Amino acid sequence: MTKIGIDVGGTNTDALVLDGAAVVAAAKTATTADVTGGIAKALRLVLAQPGVERGAIEAVIIGTTHFTNAVIARQGLRPVAAVRICLPASAAIPPFADWPGDLRAVAGAGHHLLAGGHEYDGRPIAAFDAHGMHRVAREIAAAGVEAVAISAVFSPLDPRCEEAAGAILREHAPGLDVTLSHRLGRLGLMERENVAILNSSLMALARRTTRAFVAALRDSGIAAPLYLTQNDGTIMSETYAAGFPVYSFASGPTNSMRGAAFLSRIADAIVVDVGGTTTDVGCLRRGFPHEANNIVHVGGVRTNFRMPDVLSIGLGGGSIVDAATGAVGPRSVGFELTRRARVFGGDVLTATDVAVAAGLVELGDRSRVADLDSGLVRATVAAMHAMVADAVDRMKLDAAPTPLIAVGGGAFLIPPSIPGISEVITVPHGAVANAVGAAIAQVSGEVDRIFRGLPREEAIARARAEAVEQAIRSGAEPASITVVDVEDLPLAYLAGNTLRTRVRVVGDIAGAAGA
Amino acid sequence: MRAPRTVTLEELDFLGTGAWILGTGGGGDPYHGLLALKALYDEGARVPLIRAADLDDGAMIGVVSQMGAPVVNLERTADPAMTIKPVRMMEAHVGRRFDALMPSEIGGGNALQPFLAAAKLGYPVVDADTMGRAFPSVFHTSFAVGDLTPHPYALADIRDNEVMVTRCADWLWSEQIARKILVEFGSRAFSCKAPRTGREVKDWGIHGTVTQAIGLGRAVHLARRGHADPVAAVLASERGRALFRGKIADVARRATEGHLRGVADCEGLDADRGHRYRLEFQNEFLVGRRDGAVEVTTPDLICVLDSVSGEAVGTERLRYGQRITVVALPAPALFLTAKGLAHTAPRAFGLDLDFVSPFAPAAAEARP
Repeated sequence: MTKIGIDVGGTNTDALVLDGAAVVAAAKTATTADVTGGIAKALRLVLAQPGVERGAIEAVIIGTTHFTNAVIARQGLRPVAAVRICLPASAAIPPFADWPGDLRAVAGAGHHLLAGGHEYDGRPIAAFDAHGMHRVAREIAAAGVEAVAISAVFSPLDPRCEEAAGAILREHAPGLDVTLSHRLGRLGLMERENVAILNSSLMALARRTTRAFVAALRDSGIAAPLYLTQNDGTIMSETYAAGFPVYSFASGPTNSMRGAAFLSRIADAIVVDVGGTTTDVGCLRRGFPHEANNIVHVGGVRTNFRMPDVLSIGLGGGSIVDAATGAVGPRSVGFELTRRARVFGGDVLTATDVAVAAGLVELGDRSRVADLDSGLVRATVAAMHAMVADAVDRMKLDAAPTPLIAVGGGAFLIPPSIPGISEVITVPHGAVANAVGAAIAQVSGEVDRIFRGLPREEAIARARAEAVEQAIRSGAEPASITVVDVEDLPLAYLAGNTLRTRVRVVGDIAGAAGA
Repeated sequence: MRAPRTVTLEELDFLGTGAWILGTGGGGDPYHGLLALKALYDEGARVPLIRAADLDDGAMIGVVSQMGAPVVNLERTADPAMTIKPVRMMEAHVGRRFDALMPSEIGGGNALQPFLAAAKLGYPVVDADTMGRAFPSVFHTSFAVGDLTPHPYALADIRDNEVMVTRCADWLWSEQIARKILVEFGSRAFSCKAPRTGREVKDWGIHGTVTQAIGLGRAVHLARRGHADPVAAVLASERGRALFRGKIADVARRATEGHLRGVADCEGLDADRGHRYRLEFQNEFLVGRRDGAVEVTTPDLICVLDSVSGEAVGTERLRYGQRITVVALPAPALFLTAKGLAHTAPRAFGLDLDFVSPFAPAAAEARP
């Protein structure tokens, strides 16, 4: 299967053509303000390379920070009315309660609380207030609000209240952008509600953006379906992405780590991605990034997203080195590296200059760093190596020696041997590992649910069956589906044998005919 | 009675962070209670904090808490209107208004409950609690150690169900009865424990714990603002001891009789490289073993902090690969008598272990 992976980063847009496991073509170009300009150019560059045949391309997968950036910059968001079905429970802390004021001003269009929701054991808290929901729907329609987020207590266990509310809303205002919080997963009412609000707020932008992406593909003569990557290293179809833009949050580090795993054919490793300003260290388990703890802030809003656990330190190719003391970073010349670094004719001493002087890499004009004191060069290289080694040690999940995969443009700063690391591996195309990660992303399904009175094995089996079904619905090839994560958490203070079970499965994209 | 001081808006965040640390892994995240309390402060409420020593002997104190499973708290947020229900029930039952409220449990979300009720009702909160930390049941309270009466106590839910338990045989029965009701209520109940006199709180309360929580939280927040090490700030603020710095290598949990039991194994980093640490928990951290040897047990406080942020890590949120620091804080002196240990040492949790403390016995002077 031939696929194109595209990673749209803050500085560069990378594109890569993958045929099975072979990289056929790769290109790097500057990201443009409109995003699609950079994508179109990157596509042009790879399609012009030998051995690439437009007609053979079966899928294009884009990883983008566009929607995260919209939240962070408070741009392109629409005001959202939040409906919470909870009364008489969970009334004191209304939706938007803990949001930054400037984001609430842009994305908030009031809230409504209604009776309904469920207990952890499946009993209703109170009967769903359908009558009240009709009133709220009329108010929302009359106010001209175009986006709504609906949450209900314990909706991941029983989504019926949210579904009923959504149906009533559509009766009164069929064109609304509506997000039902249970579609976004996990337990944690306020966090799930926050994600649902962000999602509804982004839906209009997501439709415009995915449409522009598709147009860029068609203009490039590619008829293949478009997918976007999610923060867990899997993909969603372009139509699904238009409905669930929040799933694209933080897919960058995930793609980089997944790309590193693919290029090196190693599934369990530490991945170190050295960029211009920072070095990101993460941990791969069975080909997927180890996830961070469950509370993650996006644009100042508390969410319970799946995010990779990444340690970022202030070391990159552009890190500024103090010529007197040899101290490295955290300040960096960033994307101006090729203008301001000494070896490129500038006057700022950077980590790259020191690496060139030490013979770690050949870049620019080496004679421009010939005057550097060899003691300073040695000490600075040692300090940078120590920074990487320390970060690696903090991220390693166990004491056993682990391989390390070095990627990113500044990978030459990674020491050749590190305590606790069996070998340091560099890979071809490591500089575009992000785009590789996008190209190889798979389809996933996940279930996170409380089971009562079931033996552990049966609870897991049921969760697994549902997750598989979900993955198939999302476009996975059934035969390729495997379980990547099983977590079960017995619950304190609850009656009976109560178990919270989370199962995640992934599979390959089903052939082009089915997409 | 000396004039109480007022807990400021800024101190609320400190209280939340400090209470979560004193939760020793349990007690539930105070986040929702904190938001609800801030909302009341935004409306103009301010809660006075009164020292236990300044209470009149004849004052009547309400002991306020919320019972339930942490997972239910994920979906059911705090609500001051519900928290005051059992307080009102108890006042009607006794025929007298409370002079002040106090937390039953300073560790975790329950630290905020009396503040929510006090902010609504205009009462002061006493700078004391009955655990000095979090524990799973009322049997582990200082009032139980003091053999005070466990009844009457009031329970309410979010609907219109109210239960007054007018008599129970002892503190164990008190807990068992409450748990049965709790299940019917949807594993979330608002409670007002047996009313206490000012004298009883002076004799059997654990004093200064609200101030302690605020101080711990302040240390963490100020360290974070100044880009200093929050864990070091915790140790500087408290007579605490860092026992281990490392990362979690394995977590095993199981639920039995309604409690979350398990162990977490950690591998050392920095000065502890090459060493291992095992944390045993039952809702809260109960035992710490360094390279197999018991180094600390309940009732000393075993606090597991995120090594970078200083944030407390709950037993339900322990995760493979987390970088953590294990910190011990000394147990309240009330728990170090033979009677106190019978209620709070490892044997009170069914473990075949005696109390082990990294703190010098002289520093933990037993109470007569």
